[in-house]
Amino acid sequence: MTELLQTPLHALHLRLGARMVPFAGYSMPVQYRAGVIAEHRHCRDAAALFDVSHMGQLRLVGTDAASALETLVPVDVVDLGVGRQRYAFFTNASGGLLDDLMITRPQPGSAFGDLFVVVNAACKDADLRHLVTHIGHRCGVVPMPERALLALQGPQAAVALARLNAAVTQLVFMSGAEFDLAGTPCFVTRSGYTGEDGFEISVAAADAAALAEALLAQPEVEPAGLGARDTLRLEAGLCLYGHDIDERTSPIEAGLTWAIQKVRRPGGARAGGYPGAAAIEGHLAGGAPCKRVGLVGLERVPVREGTAILDAQGRKLGSVTSGTLAPTVDCAVAMAYLPIDHAQTQHEVYAEVRGKRLPMRVTTLPFNPHRYFRG
Amino acid sequence: MTTKFTPDHEWINIEDHEAAVVGITLHAQDALGDVVFVELPEVGRTFKKGEVAGVVESVKAAADLYMPVTGEIVEINEALKADPALANTDPMGNGWFFKVRVADMGEFDQLMDPPAYDALLKTL
Repeated sequence: MTELLQTPLHALHLRLGARMVPFAGYSMPVQYRAGVIAEHRHCRDAAALFDVSHMGQLRLVGTDAASALETLVPVDVVDLGVGRQRYAFFTNASGGLLDDLMITRPQPGSAFGDLFVVVNAACKDADLRHLVTHIGHRCGVVPMPERALLALQGPQAAVALARLNAAVTQLVFMSGAEFDLAGTPCFVTRSGYTGEDGFEISVAAADAAALAEALLAQPEVEPAGLGARDTLRLEAGLCLYGHDIDERTSPIEAGLTWAIQKVRRPGGARAGGYPGAAAIEGHLAGGAPCKRVGLVGLERVPVREGTAILDAQGRKLGSVTSGTLAPTVDCAVAMAYLPIDHAQTQHEVYAEVRGKRLPMRVTTLPFNPHRYFRG
Repeated sequence: MTTKFTPDHEWINIEDHEAAVVGITLHAQDALGDVVFVELPEVGRTFKKGEVAGVVESVKAAADLYMPVTGEIVEINEALKADPALANTDPMGNGWFFKVRVADMGEFDQLMDPPAYDALLKTL
């Protein structure tokens, strides 16, 4: 087994009493002393600080970067305004998803490139190869392993971060810019993966621990681990790559059609031109045979990833891709792919757990309402 | 009162001649994290030592509950079913799982005594 990598906050995690687990090749905090449920609630009620330095940060450099990136994602990058951020995904030749990512356009001349990109930890090496192979001749593809990434999430994240630099409150959901925080230049976006208002902060690895300490010194802020991050994103109905979406899922099945702007759809000025466009356009026109849905358990029994979902006659309809007993909505929640004719809201299906059939109801996502700051 | 321990991090405590009480150890609840659900065996059912008698689930994971000795289930902890967090807050007391009528005291005697279990924990 290869040695686990450590983030720049490793010593801080240990000092805070974190339980460290292997995740995507890194030693990461799954929880601190408070535990997953308390950390989850603190994020919904106040503000939680997450170390997400394992995620991949990179910049694309060059005037052709946006056009080049559009050959790999079905998303409008060319028209992305300065300071704006957008969710995207790399597709493969059959229209499946290679990874999902966040793209931000910094100010011209920024050290964060013409486009600043954040990808999933487990995919970052493959993503980098994918970018270099396909668009490396059109723009610079520069990984940024020298930077850490912190996520400050929760309804009091803005008030806490504003004490370090009041200007961050100019940001609205899905925008980003450079700010000095705790004496170091950072790239801050108003986004995250909890369903709450909050920020993701790219900071030099050498300065990351000092910034994390400055944030933890704010009375609203407590540390939270990957356990809480997972229950928070699940309640928010957000996909976890490798679980809820992967190379076999089309974005239409996954309910990510909203992320494909009109300009990239058939009839749009820059329609197609990305891997798997024919398959994805087929789903856009004719619909996908199945769909990612939210399921709420009628009994308080956790229904976990891999659990079979059955119809009333006991025929298998699909499988759970993520599930837990959700701390805020306080019931069993899960996401699963179901055939379209079983995917209507209020439809009842059954989860097969240890030989028992537990009733679950199809529900709209998110389970817990998003509370983003849109200005 | 004698408490013994299993390698699966359960404790069993002979209360009287009628029944032994079974629960999970402080170490087990700490490793699991916040317990949110327990599935307890049916009263009246008999299990062999090592059989799966129930399930304990935290937010993160599900773990089987093994029978520490052969015997018949005589009582389950209804309070724990209603409030699974008792397994975290009082694992050796109010967070007990079930009571079992021990079929063979020889099986009980073979389990770890507290010093042996402490020694096991030191190896983890």
